[in-house]
Amino acid sequence: MAPLLEIRDLHVSFRTRDGVVRAVDGVSTSLGRGETLGVVGESGSGKSVTALTVMGLTRLPNAFVGGQIVFDGTDLLELSNEALQHVRGRRIAMIFQDPLSSLHPLYKVGWQIEEAILAHEDVSRRAARRRAIDALAAVELPNPRDLVDSYPHQLSGGMRQRAMIAMALVLNPDVLIADEPTTALDVTVQAQILELIRGLQKEFGTAVVLITHDLGVIAETADEVAVMYAGRVVEQGPLETILEAPEHPYTWGLLQSIPRLDTPRRERLRPIQGTPPSLIHAPSGCHFHPRCPYAMPMCRTIDPELLESDEGHVVACHLPVDEKRRIWRELRPREADAA
Amino acid sequence: MRAAPDLLVARDLVKHFPVNQGVLVGGERGIVHAVDGVSFDVRRGETLGLVGETGCGKSTTARMIARLLEPTSGQVLFDGADITHWSRRRLRPLRREVQMIFQDPYSSLNPRRPVGTIIAEPLRVHRIGTKAERRRRVEEVMERVGLNPEHFNRYPHEFSGGQRQRVGIARAIVTDPKLIIADEPVSALDVSIRAQVLNLLQDLREDLGLTLVFISHDLSVVRHLCDRVAVMYLGKIVEIADPDRLYAHPRHPYSGALLSAVPVPSVQAKARRTVLRGDVPSPIDPPSACRFHTRCPKAQELCSAVEPPLEPKGSAEQLAACHFPLTRTEVDDLMPPATAA
Repeated sequence: MAPLLEIRDLHVSFRTRDGVVRAVDGVSTSLGRGETLGVVGESGSGKSVTALTVMGLTRLPNAFVGGQIVFDGTDLLELSNEALQHVRGRRIAMIFQDPLSSLHPLYKVGWQIEEAILAHEDVSRRAARRRAIDALAAVELPNPRDLVDSYPHQLSGGMRQRAMIAMALVLNPDVLIADEPTTALDVTVQAQILELIRGLQKEFGTAVVLITHDLGVIAETADEVAVMYAGRVVEQGPLETILEAPEHPYTWGLLQSIPRLDTPRRERLRPIQGTPPSLIHAPSGCHFHPRCPYAMPMCRTIDPELLESDEGHVVACHLPVDEKRRIWRELRPREADAA
Repeated sequence: MRAAPDLLVARDLVKHFPVNQGVLVGGERGIVHAVDGVSFDVRRGETLGLVGETGCGKSTTARMIARLLEPTSGQVLFDGADITHWSRRRLRPLRREVQMIFQDPYSSLNPRRPVGTIIAEPLRVHRIGTKAERRRRVEEVMERVGLNPEHFNRYPHEFSGGQRQRVGIARAIVTDPKLIIADEPVSALDVSIRAQVLNLLQDLREDLGLTLVFISHDLSVVRHLCDRVAVMYLGKIVEIADPDRLYAHPRHPYSGALLSAVPVPSVQAKARRTVLRGDVPSPIDPPSACRFHTRCPKAQELCSAVEPPLEPKGSAEQLAACHFPLTRTEVDDLMPPATAA
């Protein structure tokens, strides 16, 4: 079956005073119906710009967009702004990191959810209000009947994020894109929100794209993981494969540079050397080669393609497969009970 | 008795902030109980972690022990001396002994000054050395934190986030302080850069014999770096212990809930369940007695009537403020198998 959403060789660049920023530089990935794709990467890896482009939010005078974003058989990049309106919000919805800045401070929460319904469906304000209340109840907010009439500032951070999720899911979209939905929240609230997203996904069969810099969050929610670096997907595969048998040196670096609760204490972290590259003057060849401890001469000149390494596991790296597997066996974090 | 007293002792620190509730004049007065009776000691050469969620009072505590905030009541003892009510003038020589590192390397560095000047500032304020000596010292410190001393005349905007945080660290160690208070020093940094800065802090601590108070909301980072960890909830310390004890068997139900909520990049992570519901209550009107009783799965009547003291639970080195501490079986239920090793 064809994937629900398929991104093919997506390029997004912005003309700025300092030069052309290649924010997304050939991203290819796909998402199946009802699946959760975790997208992990650091600042500037292009994960948010990719998401915004899917939503048609990078259609700017200084932006160049190339490639294809095929959603349910249609290339979204070919759609007119008007046609895109029917997809955005209704079939693909998005939530952001900071719920306070994505909710309008002067309108009641319920009113904002009603607006989302009325923008896409021909129903009465009263019917929309009833659905807004149901939506707030579905995200487990207490007293939804009173809450529809509160303003965003009267809600806590966790409640606001729940309200955003209610708004995003009220039209029962096929895809929910969540861009760092829990980064601004405390861990206990984060746990609640992740559980909520998992639960709603099971209930409504919504496919979810979860963008985060936190591999722990990915591990709790994703079925499939795409690792991004400097505007590209460098590795993608099932969650187990990415966590247990990753094959890209950048993924290794990410996994090794985080202190984790399940490995022995006081083991020295092994950070990735150097800093992420400028997207105006991105390195030649493999974008990761200046920071890669295993870089070979060819990495400097030849851009590695995203090739299948195992079924469903794609990697963009020139290292021979056997070599990669040998290195990872040496690197992989030992779990506390094995030490 | 030890020969020298603990480097820093906080005794029953309290900080209340008055607030006007409501935007209009005449709004009802309230009091935010930001910190409400916090006591701990910081031993020489150790790293003490303060962890907790937003609004638990960890930053306010840090600012009080640095004497940037005047406590409402309680005492701060530094090197045996009660500095709680020292005047600004009297505190001045002490300022070179206690330095801070801040979370945001963008807003804590003056954008109009070259980094060499920024790092030299504490030396200039304390009139340490001649101009040439200061320059030498700054270059030495820059080298030490992994910055190129030739970049002495560059401005903060020319550096990346990680490098800026190194500038902040260089500024903090330039006067050779006895105590550094680091408030979320790696929270604004990307994963790969965070590890570099954590390793740097670890090295500096070992090489310079630094005593560190490390404030963070990230329990994995705190476990990695700290010798002892104090868990705070709504203005109080609910548990304090070394990380091996705390993370293997948290005694306070809040510590347990917090630990179980940390996402671990492991395939077993999906099995976890959420323990805590709802939000932290308002510090303007905190719950009676044990402040966690409104959300605690183990709470009984006693918990809302009598405040539990912070006392040894299971070991002399592990203090928890709880009437009904977590049992082994409860901890095993709470944690994914890999973490409860």
